Amino acid sequence: MSEENNLLLEVDNLHTSFFTDAGEVKAVNGVTFNLEKGKTLGIVGESGSGKSVTAYSIMQILAETGRVVEGEIRYKGEDITKWDEKKLSKYRGEKVSIIFQDPMTSLNPVFTIGYQLKEAILLHTNKNKDEAWKRAVEMLTLVGVNEPESRMKQYPFELSGGMRQRVMIAMALCCEPDILIADEPTTALDVTIQAQILELMQDLQKKLGMAIIMVTHDLGVIASMCDEIIVMYGGRVCERGTADDIFYHPAHEYTKGLLRSIPTTENMNERLVPIGGTPINLLNMPKGCAFCPRCENAMKICLEEVPEEYQVGEHHRASCWMNVMDLYESEEAKA
Amino acid sequence: MSENEKKPLLKVEHLKQYFPVSQGFHKIPLKAVDDISFEIMPGETLGLVGESGCGKTTVGRTILRLYEPTAGRIAFEDQVLFDSGELYDEEGNQILDEKGRPKKGRRVEVNMLPYRKKMQMVFQDPYSSLDPRMTVEEIVGEPLDTHHLYKNKKERREKVLSLLETVGLNAEHAMRYAHEFSGGQRQRIGIARALAVNPSFIVCDEAVSALDVSIQAQVLNMFEDLQDKLGIAYLFIAHDLLVVQHISDRIAVMYLGHMMEIADADELMNHPIHPYTLSLLSAIPIPDPETARHSHRIILEGDVPSPLHMPTGCPFRTRCKYATEKCAMERPPLTDRGNGHKCACWNR
Repeated sequence: MSEENNLLLEVDNLHTSFFTDAGEVKAVNGVTFNLEKGKTLGIVGESGSGKSVTAYSIMQILAETGRVVEGEIRYKGEDITKWDEKKLSKYRGEKVSIIFQDPMTSLNPVFTIGYQLKEAILLHTNKNKDEAWKRAVEMLTLVGVNEPESRMKQYPFELSGGMRQRVMIAMALCCEPDILIADEPTTALDVTIQAQILELMQDLQKKLGMAIIMVTHDLGVIASMCDEIIVMYGGRVCERGTADDIFYHPAHEYTKGLLRSIPTTENMNERLVPIGGTPINLLNMPKGCAFCPRCENAMKICLEEVPEEYQVGEHHRASCWMNVMDLYESEEAKA
Repeated sequence: MSENEKKPLLKVEHLKQYFPVSQGFHKIPLKAVDDISFEIMPGETLGLVGESGCGKTTVGRTILRLYEPTAGRIAFEDQVLFDSGELYDEEGNQILDEKGRPKKGRRVEVNMLPYRKKMQMVFQDPYSSLDPRMTVEEIVGEPLDTHHLYKNKKERREKVLSLLETVGLNAEHAMRYAHEFSGGQRQRIGIARALAVNPSFIVCDEAVSALDVSIQAQVLNMFEDLQDKLGIAYLFIAHDLLVVQHISDRIAVMYLGHMMEIADADELMNHPIHPYTLSLLSAIPIPDPETARHSHRIILEGDVPSPLHMPTGCPFRTRCKYATEKCAMERPPLTDRGNGHKCACWNR
């Protein structure tokens, strides 16, 4: 039973679509994953892969045109897609929080930092104004903002990008949520500040024990901090596994291509091997594997059928027909 | 050709770019670029890295004189494009007259139009740097119009099509508008526009930063191919160190408008000297779990100071763990540490 108690969030065959004038945009097409207490899950993918929409679906903060059309998101066993707005507003911020990519635009420019931090605390707890102020200062201290008392009276434009992201993290964590969703938390920041923020997130996780969902396009960011990694393309999960599985034994053609195309310290004098073609158009999805128009090793079956997930290693699964071929071959060899 | 005979394509000396900023009733200078010197050889790529606000974009724009430099000297292919007339001795110290004022030589400001043919720029944002009301043919053809590079309409069209082909697009794309393209394709259009006048030098200002990783590799390879084929020199401005080290022959590191270190790409990545470069390199998230687990990040304390209130002496001293009293008193000069590896630090 202990295992089940650790299970915080189950995303089961999630389909999220946006209904636009041009037609239905299937942003997420059947994403499944589980998140346990205190673990870090990384979701990587290019723009348009559905990684952010997955995160927004979990928060239920999709744009008006967007809707979860199929599947369940279970928080501690309860399907949140069936909850009403009242219940959801308790859930958002208190149980699950999110920090966004751009700390410049996600804080309100006309209110002080203190006001915005207090707002979240007053909404979700029974604290009075003075207690909320104290709690806000405490949170700012925790995320490493210097002179928290005077920062409380400042406006967002008076702070640097790194400081603003710290304030965002403080705001997200002030009600001690079980899950923190970080949607590209460091993309808008400089490398030295990025290192500070990543370090801070890992520290806070140790102290507060929340689970983190790290959504990013940067393979470097997730390599060091995730227990499990999900690689997404065209709204589907291509591959999942530990960092070692994904980086050292990639099984999906897309993951392989992605790893070949990034500059590293080792391949600095070699030519990069890019993935050909252009990112997919979600309005016009291929019938089979989403990646097959750009895949070098695409076969006939890739065009026609969506591959299922196959076990590659202990925690390692991939949805690529190439793996099925390999399985057949190894079975034939045995026979 | 021996080393001595090789002449730099672009020579920048003691370049300064200050922007006046109002603070109450006063105007104080924001020193975006403060005394920077470097050279770029023909067909070479110089990478320029630094955090946001360090002045790397300003350097790129000032070289092309999109901003009028406050002081300094810019020479391109032996022709002085701009010279504010300040005189410097061989050690790089400014020559002063009897009254202690800087001694002035002749001021030179050249009409840039003929040089726009040789120096071009590729911008960061492929979404806002293309006019949404122009077709691709009009966008790529515009520099040809400006510099009268064709005899008749047929020749113009042929040139545009061959340019599109060079960047991996085809004739059917010529009639479309920019919004019909993906980010990577738009960046290709921007590159085709820069190539239209057959330049020998291109400033790439964060040219691949807005692109997805898989597309980024395509565009990086294209930059390298074009360099091999056409012998273009690049000033490659980016904040992503892994991208810069991949494409660059030499790398320059900037901090708060100052040049901290400049060296060959391999040398800089493997044997950095300046404490700032060290921490910058250690902060790169390495896409390799094993190295990431064992690497030790040097976490810099605090933020970059405001360029309006620059620290005295070395600009990095407020965040530097090696900082001594001397660092606060005097600005360290960029000195040669052998093999063209230059570094501005008193302590290392």
